[in-house]
Amino acid sequence: MSGRLAWSLRLAAVGVAAAVAAALPFLTSDFLSFQLARMGIFLIAIMGLNILTGYTGQISIGHGAFMSIGGYTTAVLASQHGVADYWTVPLAGLLTGLVGLAFGVPALRLAGLYLALATFGVAVATPSIEKRWEGLTKGSTGISLLSFHSNHWLYGLTWALAAGLFVLAWLIVRSRLGRTFKALRDSEVAASAMGVNPAFYKTLAFGISAFYAGIAGALYTIQNAYVSPDTFPITLSLYLLIGAVIGGLGSMAGLLAGAAFVEFVPIHASGIVAAISPFDLNTKSAGVPSVLLGLVVVVLVLALPDGAAGLLRRVGSPLTRRLYSRPP
Amino acid sequence: MLAFTFSQLAQQVVSGLASGGIYGSLALAIVLIYRSTRVVNFAQGEMATFTTFIAWSLMHHMSYWPAFVLTLLIAFGGGVALERVVIRPVERAPVLSVVILSIGLLILVNGLSSWIWGSDVKSFPSAFSTRPIRVGGVAFSIQDLGVIGVSLGAVALLALFFRFTKVGLAMRAVALNPGESELVGVRVGWMLALGWGLAAALGALSGMMVAPSVFLEPNMMLSVLLYAFAAAVLGGLDSPLGAVVGGLTLGVVLNLAGTYVGFVGSELRLAVGLAVILAVLLVRPAGLFGRTVARKV
Repeated sequence: MSGRLAWSLRLAAVGVAAAVAAALPFLTSDFLSFQLARMGIFLIAIMGLNILTGYTGQISIGHGAFMSIGGYTTAVLASQHGVADYWTVPLAGLLTGLVGLAFGVPALRLAGLYLALATFGVAVATPSIEKRWEGLTKGSTGISLLSFHSNHWLYGLTWALAAGLFVLAWLIVRSRLGRTFKALRDSEVAASAMGVNPAFYKTLAFGISAFYAGIAGALYTIQNAYVSPDTFPITLSLYLLIGAVIGGLGSMAGLLAGAAFVEFVPIHASGIVAAISPFDLNTKSAGVPSVLLGLVVVVLVLALPDGAAGLLRRVGSPLTRRLYSRPP
Repeated sequence: MLAFTFSQLAQQVVSGLASGGIYGSLALAIVLIYRSTRVVNFAQGEMATFTTFIAWSLMHHMSYWPAFVLTLLIAFGGGVALERVVIRPVERAPVLSVVILSIGLLILVNGLSSWIWGSDVKSFPSAFSTRPIRVGGVAFSIQDLGVIGVSLGAVALLALFFRFTKVGLAMRAVALNPGESELVGVRVGWMLALGWGLAAALGALSGMMVAPSVFLEPNMMLSVLLYAFAAAVLGGLDSPLGAVVGGLTLGVVLNLAGTYVGFVGSELRLAVGLAVILAVLLVRPAGLFGRTVARKV
């Protein structure tokens, strides 16, 4: 296929996708547009995580905690300083990005597993710090936002931002910066021998991905009109990482599938389990979504190295390439 | 400000050692697996919770100690089975996929716990009375002393096993050099499975020791896991001795900080755990007892 034709096909696809996305809330129920808005929020967080984990090879289990920083920025500015809540979104992103840069300074010295451990600690400890810092966060009571937005409005805001941030991520990934990230991921020693400063670029990757998480957290808070230390539990951090993995780390397009998975599978988990289970189980329990999600992740990681055929491989093919073709 | 008395200090140190013993056993479980497979098992805490739930169910049918031993055996078997079925296929896979696998297991096991036993808080019996005994004018709780005894006893048993049995020697050989161990006839795969079994049993032990004081629910071990990570990192991720020393130190430090540093109180203990992880990784990534390893291309 000639280059020009391929480009016009791509443009047409993007145009159709945009038209469908714009029309979607008018074709579906109000509640579905609420869910789709939340899916967009997850997508933004997962895009950031993908730059860090997929492209730079740094594992973060603490992105829910970074989302909470954005969430609290929005809540404090909107409820205590009277800033319109949508104007707080970029501020939340920038502030969280700065915190991410600051955290990246110690993180840059931590390779692979150690960074995973440290970010796990961040995810577990952040809610308790937020509970303790009552002057700012109102402790366990949480902060309510007084603004109200329709679900269509939220959908529009979220997906417009998601589209913009997607383009930004795509530009980063395709640029010199993105190539540097990939070089660090594939071999840090080799990259630094080529003149790449690993500390600087890893910190930068952390900052960028925290920026995305902050924006996602701000939107999440606007959507709920409420934030508390329990709004962003460790489970959220884990789900985001799973979404990035399912979407295929290191690929931009698959992230949509990852975000849809994180949004819709837990909601419909009890129905799915009841449908596929041969036994008559009580599937209304709170544990069922976790069981299903965990099972999918375990099976996905296990099945892919053996080259499971069909849909599974197509869905996860970026994952197989990224995860299994490198030396440990 | 609290009045400082010697007897209070002594009590706080002993109860710190008791929780430190619990952190140390879970840290040791993490270190055992890390040493042999270079994997940090994020599901270790949830596996411990699951086996503690099993103990809770067993204790409705038998008395404490038989249920305790039976739970350790079940945990051991479960750990071996898990390694054989789930971990074996990714033995040579990159760090990222193994971390993700263990996170998948974390979520899966956590969900199973709340599916089977529900998410409401359950009280868990203690083997030891909470009655205090007086030693030299200081009142210690028997439960604390018992927990210290059980955790250190388990660690001592494990040390003897590694030092004096042939299987223990083989497991140490596999941890140091799997390739050459295989050449001298050690069955590397089974040694790794054995390590997972022992780690799961240690986790069950820590779960059953911590459950009486924090109460049993599906997320019980989440914060204990953070402390265990901190303990393991403090001692050095590949040093079993370091895990135990790190656990005991951390337990005492957390207790003293919670009592004497007003700012920390009871709520910021998790933050102290996180601070320990970050500080150690920044200042001395190999930990107190770990070896420093050069990076290779």
